[in-house]
Amino acid sequence: MAEKVFEKAVTLPVPRPRTRVINLTWLGVVPFFAFSLLFLFLPSLYLVFGSFQDETGSFTLANIGDLFQPFILNSYWLSIQVSGVTAIGGVIFGFGLAYASIRGGLPRWIRGALMTFSGVASNFAGIPLAFAFIATLGRTGFVTLLFKNVLGLSLYNGGFSLYTFWGLSLTYMYFQFPLMVLIIAPAIDGLKRQWREAAENLGATSFQYWRYIALPILSPALLGTGVLLFGNAFGAYATAFALTSGTINLVTIQIGAEIRGDVLHNPGLGYALALGMIVIMAVSISISLWLQQRTARWLQ
Amino acid sequence: MKKQRFWPLMMILLGAFYFLIPLYATFEFSLRERRGEYSFDAYGNVLGDPQFRDSFVYSVLLALATIVVSLLLIVPTAFWVHLKLPRLRPVIEFITLLPFVVPPIVLVFGLIRIYSRPPFVLVSSPALLVAGYVVLSFPYMYRAVDTGLRAIDVRSLTEAAQSLGAGWLTILLHVIFPNLRVSLLNGAFLTFAIVLGEFTMATMLNWPTFGPYLALVGQNRAYEPAALAILSFGLTWICVGLIQLFSRGSPEQGQLAGTH
Amino acid sequence: MAFLELENIRKSFGATAAVELFNLQAEQGEFVTFLGPSGCGKTTTLRMIAGFEQPTAGEIRVAGLNITHQPPNQRQIGMVFQSYALFPNMTVADNIGFGLKVAGKTLAEIKGRVEEMLRLVDLPTLGKRYPHQLSGGQQQRVALARALAIEPRLLLLDEPLSALDAKIRISLRNELRAIQRRLGITTIYVTHDQEEALSLSDRIVVMNAGQVEQIGPPFEIYNFPATPFVARFVGTLNVLQARVVDQTQGHLEINGQPIYTAKSLSNAKNGERLSVAVRPEMIGVIQADDGTAHNQLHGTVEDVMFLGAVVRVRLSLSENTLFFDTFNNPHLEMPRLGQSLTVRFPREAVLMFDADSLSRSL
Repeated sequence: MAEKVFEKAVTLPVPRPRTRVINLTWLGVVPFFAFSLLFLFLPSLYLVFGSFQDETGSFTLANIGDLFQPFILNSYWLSIQVSGVTAIGGVIFGFGLAYASIRGGLPRWIRGALMTFSGVASNFAGIPLAFAFIATLGRTGFVTLLFKNVLGLSLYNGGFSLYTFWGLSLTYMYFQFPLMVLIIAPAIDGLKRQWREAAENLGATSFQYWRYIALPILSPALLGTGVLLFGNAFGAYATAFALTSGTINLVTIQIGAEIRGDVLHNPGLGYALALGMIVIMAVSISISLWLQQRTARWLQ
Repeated sequence: MKKQRFWPLMMILLGAFYFLIPLYATFEFSLRERRGEYSFDAYGNVLGDPQFRDSFVYSVLLALATIVVSLLLIVPTAFWVHLKLPRLRPVIEFITLLPFVVPPIVLVFGLIRIYSRPPFVLVSSPALLVAGYVVLSFPYMYRAVDTGLRAIDVRSLTEAAQSLGAGWLTILLHVIFPNLRVSLLNGAFLTFAIVLGEFTMATMLNWPTFGPYLALVGQNRAYEPAALAILSFGLTWICVGLIQLFSRGSPEQGQLAGTH
Repeated sequence: MAFLELENIRKSFGATAAVELFNLQAEQGEFVTFLGPSGCGKTTTLRMIAGFEQPTAGEIRVAGLNITHQPPNQRQIGMVFQSYALFPNMTVADNIGFGLKVAGKTLAEIKGRVEEMLRLVDLPTLGKRYPHQLSGGQQQRVALARALAIEPRLLLLDEPLSALDAKIRISLRNELRAIQRRLGITTIYVTHDQEEALSLSDRIVVMNAGQVEQIGPPFEIYNFPATPFVARFVGTLNVLQARVVDQTQGHLEINGQPIYTAKSLSNAKNGERLSVAVRPEMIGVIQADDGTAHNQLHGTVEDVMFLGAVVRVRLSLSENTLFFDTFNNPHLEMPRLGQSLTVRFPREAVLMFDADSLSRSL
C-alpha cells in the first residue's frame, strides 16, 4: 500500500521530460525535478526499499515484522495519541479562538493581535519551546511553584509530569492551535453572515444553524487542517527530544536513536520505522482527502 | 449584545493566558540567575559566549544559502509552470507538499544513508544540510510564490516584455522578480525563521548550528536556556513582523508552521 | 387596523442616527417599496422588521401583535437577500425545505411543499442541483421559493434584483409581482432603483438620510413630489433658474422669456430668484406659436441623443439648459444641432421649490 502510494508520486513527474526531450518547454522544470529527485524522492525511496532488504541486500519481511514488537508498537501508539489529541485539541481550541476574534463582536485589533501572535507562536517551536515549558511547568517552573505556594497543590505529586504524555501534548498545543487559527481564519471569513440570518429568518435555532449549515460548510477545511496538525505533531522531533532529553518513546525519538546508533544498531529496523511513519501520514492524508470529497460534494 | 460577547471574550482571555503565561514564566525564570534578585546575568552569559555567536552566525549563513537556493529553484519553476505548463501545476503542488508527509527526521535519515557512501559522499559538506533545508522550505516558498504569481498577470507582463525585446533572464530579473517582491520576502523570512532554530537535521548531520547549541546549553545550564528561549521568541517575532510589514493588507498570507 | 405597523421607529448606531421617526401602516396584501440612495436607512428598517436589528425606539406590530423584541427565528417573516444567501452545501430542494425541516415537518409534507414552490417559481426540474450550478436569476427564484415555503406572514425583499443583468431583472420583476398578487402576501421591497419602485409598488416610501421624505402611490410620488429630494430622486428633472415677476399671477421669467405656474406663488416676493423644475417628458416641440395657455420656451439645440423609443434633446437657453423627450418616429425629421426650437409645457408641469432647498438636495 505504502509503496504504491509512494511509487505513484515518484513515477508521475519524472519520466515526462525524458520522453519529450525534443520539446524544449520541459527543460524549464528540469532543475526542480532533478533536485526533488536527489534530495526528496531518492532518500525516501532508499528507506522504503531498505525496509525490505536484509544486510546482504536480499528481500526480507523481517524488518517489517520487527515493527510488531511491543516496544515499537507502543512508540507508534504514543505518537499517534499525542498527534491525535493535539490535533483535535488544536482544531477545537484554535477554531474557537479564531471564531471568537472574527465573529465575536470584539474590537478589530484583537483579531490583528491574535493573527500576529499566531504567526509567531506557530513558528516558535523546537528547543526554545521546550525551554519555555520547562520554565513554566517543569519541577521548579513558574506555574508549578505557583500551584505549590499559593494553592498548596503539588502538580508532580498529583501525577502530572511535563515529561510524559500530557505534558508533551500541552507543549505541542502551543504551536498546534496557532497554526489552526492561521489556516481556519480565511474559512471563517468565507462564512457569510447572511447564511446565518437566512437560517434564523427561516426559523432555525443557533444549534440548527451550526448543525445544518456552518459545520457542513466548514468541514472540509476542518478536516484538512486536522490532518495537517496531526502530521505536524507526528513528525515533530526537536521539541520532544529537548523536553524529555530523548526519554519519551515516540517514533521520531526511536528513529533519531537509530540514526545516532545508540540502540540495537539495526539499520533495517530504522528504515522500517521511517516507512511506518510515511505510511501513517499517507494513509491519514488519503482518508482526509476522501472525507473531504464526500463532505464537499456541493463544491463539484 | 452583551450576552453574545461574553463567551468570545472568555475564549480570547483563555487563549491569551495560554499564550502569555509560558512567555512570562520563561522571562521570569531567565532573570533568576543571581540568587535573591532579578538580573540579566543569564543574557549576558549567553551573549558573551563565543559558541553562541559562532553557531548563530553559522545558522544565519546556512539560512541565507537556503533562501538563495530555494528562490533559484522555486521562482523560475513556478513562473515557467504558470506560463507554459499549467498542466504540471498539481504535480508541483504535490511535490512541494511532500515534506509534510516525510518528516525531517525521516528525510535526514534517508539523506545520511544515501550520501554517506560512494558515488556521492556529501555528508562531510554543509551542502547536504542546505539541500535538506531547501526541501523543508518547499511548502512555504512555493505557496508564497504561487500566491504572488496568481495575483499578477504573468502572461501579459511576459508578453509585454517580450514585445519590447526582453530575453528570459531580463524578464525574470527585471519584470517578474520586482513584481513578486512581497511574496519573495514573505517566503524568505519564513524560511529564515525555520532554518535559524532547526535542530533535527543539523544535529543528525552533526553541524554546529544554533539548534544543537541550544540543546547543549539546555543540558548544561539552568537559566541560560530560558534566556535563549526569550531571545529566540524575539527573533521569530521580528521575522514574522517583517513579513507582515512587507505584506500589509493580507496579514494571514503564507504563515505556516516551521519544523518541530 | 393595518396589518404591518411601524410606529416611531428610531435606530442609531453609536452617535449616528440611521433611521429617524419612521412611521408606516401597510395593509394586508399591500406591496410597499422603500426607495432611496444607499445609506438612507431603508435596509436598516427592513432588517428591523426581520429582527436582525433592534430599534433604538419605537414599536413594530404585525396583525396587532408587538414583535419588536421577538427573536428573528420566531417571527415567521420570509426574507430574500440581495446576494440570495442560498446555503451552498444544500441542494435547491433542501434549501427550499430548510424552514420546514427546522420546524419539524414530516418528510412527505416537506417534499410536497418543495415541489409546489418549485412550480410556483417555474423551476420544477432543478430540485437536485446545487446553488453554484444555477444562474443568478435561478438562484434568486430559489431564494424567493425558500422564503415563501414557510408560509410567512410577511415577505421582505432586500434589493433582490440588483445583482442581475437588465433583461432578467425586468422579467423577474414582473414575475415577482405576479406571484405576490397571486398569494396576496404583504410585501416590503427595498431598492435604490426608482423604475423598479414605480413599476412594482402599491405604495412607495421615499427615504433620504434616515428620514422618510414621502409616502404615497407611484403616481403621486412621481407627479406630485412632496420634497425637492423626491422630485430629483424619482425620474429626471430639469432645474431652471427663474425670477419672479408677479407672484399673485404666478408669473416668472426665465432668461427673459415669460412662463406661468398653475397656482399663485404665495411664498415668493416679486423680483426674487428661485428654481423651478420641469420633467423632460412634459415638454413638447411646437413649430409655431398657436396661442394656447401653455408655457413656451425658445432655445438652441445643443445635443441630440437617440435612445431608441425616445429621442432626448438638450436645449440651451443661454444661462439654463433644458432636456426634453420626443418619441422616435422614422418619418419625422430629427432636430439638428444649432437649430433654434420652441418647446412648450403645461402650466401644471412647473414644480416649485425654493432655490435653497433644491440646490441642497442636488
